[in-house]
Amino acid sequence: MKELGTLAIIIGILTSAVRLATPYLYAAIGEAFGQTSGVVNLGVDGIMLVSGYAAFFVALNTGNLWLALLMAIVVGLAMGGLMSFISVTLKAEQGISGIGLYMFGLGLSSLLFKVTIGTVKTIQGFPGLKIPLLGDIPGLGPIFFQQSLLVYGAFLLVPLAWFVLDKTTLGLKIKAVGQNPAAADSLGVSVNGIRYLSVCLGGALAGLAGASLSISLLNLFQENMTAGMGFIAVALVYFGGWKPVGIMLGALLFSTVNAFQLWMQVLGVPIPSDVAVMLPYLLTIAALAFTMNRARQPSALNLPFERGTN
Amino acid sequence: MKGHRLLIAVLLVAVLVTSACAAPAPATPAKPLRVAVIMPSAMTDMAFSQSMYQALLTVQKDLGGPSAMEIKYTENLFNVPDVPPALRDYASQGFDIVIAHGSQYGSSVQDVAKDFPKTTFAWGTDVNTFGMPNIYAYTAAAEEGGYVNGVLAAKLTKTKQIGVTGPVEVGDAKTYIDGFTQGVASVDPSIKVNKTWTGSFSDVALMTEAAKTHIAAGADALTGSSQSVVGSIGAAKDKGSILWFGTQSDQATLAPNLVVASQVYDWTSILKDMINNRKAGKLGGDIFTLHLKNGGLKIVYNSGYALPADAKAAGDKAIAGITDGSIKVQP
Repeated sequence: MKELGTLAIIIGILTSAVRLATPYLYAAIGEAFGQTSGVVNLGVDGIMLVSGYAAFFVALNTGNLWLALLMAIVVGLAMGGLMSFISVTLKAEQGISGIGLYMFGLGLSSLLFKVTIGTVKTIQGFPGLKIPLLGDIPGLGPIFFQQSLLVYGAFLLVPLAWFVLDKTTLGLKIKAVGQNPAAADSLGVSVNGIRYLSVCLGGALAGLAGASLSISLLNLFQENMTAGMGFIAVALVYFGGWKPVGIMLGALLFSTVNAFQLWMQVLGVPIPSDVAVMLPYLLTIAALAFTMNRARQPSALNLPFERGTN
Repeated sequence: MKGHRLLIAVLLVAVLVTSACAAPAPATPAKPLRVAVIMPSAMTDMAFSQSMYQALLTVQKDLGGPSAMEIKYTENLFNVPDVPPALRDYASQGFDIVIAHGSQYGSSVQDVAKDFPKTTFAWGTDVNTFGMPNIYAYTAAAEEGGYVNGVLAAKLTKTKQIGVTGPVEVGDAKTYIDGFTQGVASVDPSIKVNKTWTGSFSDVALMTEAAKTHIAAGADALTGSSQSVVGSIGAAKDKGSILWFGTQSDQATLAPNLVVASQVYDWTSILKDMINNRKAGKLGGDIFTLHLKNGGLKIVYNSGYALPADAKAAGDKAIAGITDGSIKVQP
């Protein structure tokens, strides 16, 4: 047991945690944009799957990782566009249409995988990239500065998303259409336009989340490989109170506990593996219950906008 | 309202179409043998489901192709509540043999088999036929190949630490690893075998991280059972010098330089026994087990990996010992 406290293991846990948090960060920050504008997209997992597949397919066939990344973004944008069309233009119930999008993505990615790849294959994805100087810092170096490019991207996204949401006119507009679409509309802001933009951006980021799995962290594609990560990402948005930093803390809490339980098992700490596997979920639910602040929720969340009615 | 009416119309048509298909066709002797299988993961999983599907294809070929034997499959059926309807569906469509290829399917098979006494049901991996005359159970003595892999791993590890990953500690996943641990201990009891279970059959990300954790903790050889192995192999591949020991299917193609050997399940003989029994009028009641001795289990060395001669000799000795009974592996 005392082994758990050693520095090497703490570094090991945190290195794992930073890696594991990456897909959640992309997906949850993307979802935060959509939700801040008033649209809940439960289809994140489906977008991750289709984009993850698309990136893997391109990487497998061309060997060009950047093209693969671009493909993931394009596919994510398209699926975000589909979600916007259904929920913003057609004003369909967001929860139901999001689940529909998820199932569509799950089915489509499995089908395409079966038809075009068929079996388990692996590729050479984005390699680990050691940042000069910073990567040599004992302890911190391996944790933060010897990861792959997409891991850095996910963490850089946090300040970037904060800046866009809190410090730019665009961010103000996104919040306005999520809080009070009628007022925003009367000021000449295109409510539906901003919602389209936010949901598509969220789709593109969910696409990156999928790509971060298939061409960076795992370098393979399997049917349903996300295993519900997209739904955890939606929960993390609530957990983080719609704030990028809060989302990052939530993602890191979840991934750190997950990494911790893996180490506990490797070191043979005598607790049943079933309990260990439950730990991250239990702790996340507990933390959510204690920190959840509904007051921050965008007031027009889940409500389609129609001039003169709301 | 219009939408609702359309929906109802579509549903009605769907019901008509599916029920028309479900009508049992009259059985005539010239009809091909009809076999249906449901599998918990993809038939291309390089592991459990693939081993069964490949065996079915082999049997089909041996019997004379699709005209002699029809194969229908449902894959990725990990949700147990979906299983009884799927079994019922195949049985009522007049399939002769319905295979439920998953140890989690037992109660579903027991339940459905009662209502279709003329259909042969087979399920595994388990050893329980529930005392019913139309259920076969089949299993693999996975501990035998596990033992051989364990001997090889113990001969090859330099750090004296080996990592095991898997989704849940049940069925042949457990017996394989128990055998593996015994094999390691037979060579050098001081070698540590650490185990992690992720609780999920599809969470490749967590499985990969589990493998990376083993490597970070000092393991230089990894093994594991069931569908999520691909994640572990990916992690091993990243590190370059980590060895992998496969089970269920030959996994050498996933990492040609790293896979030392795989225990391969070959269900062909069991399937043929079932078919012959059925032709002779025996619909079920037996338990079949794959062993190294009866050829149902095979150790396939990866030709792409340069296995040192003394390790191979130790592996072959273990195979011979298990086959002739001088080595007893506890499941």
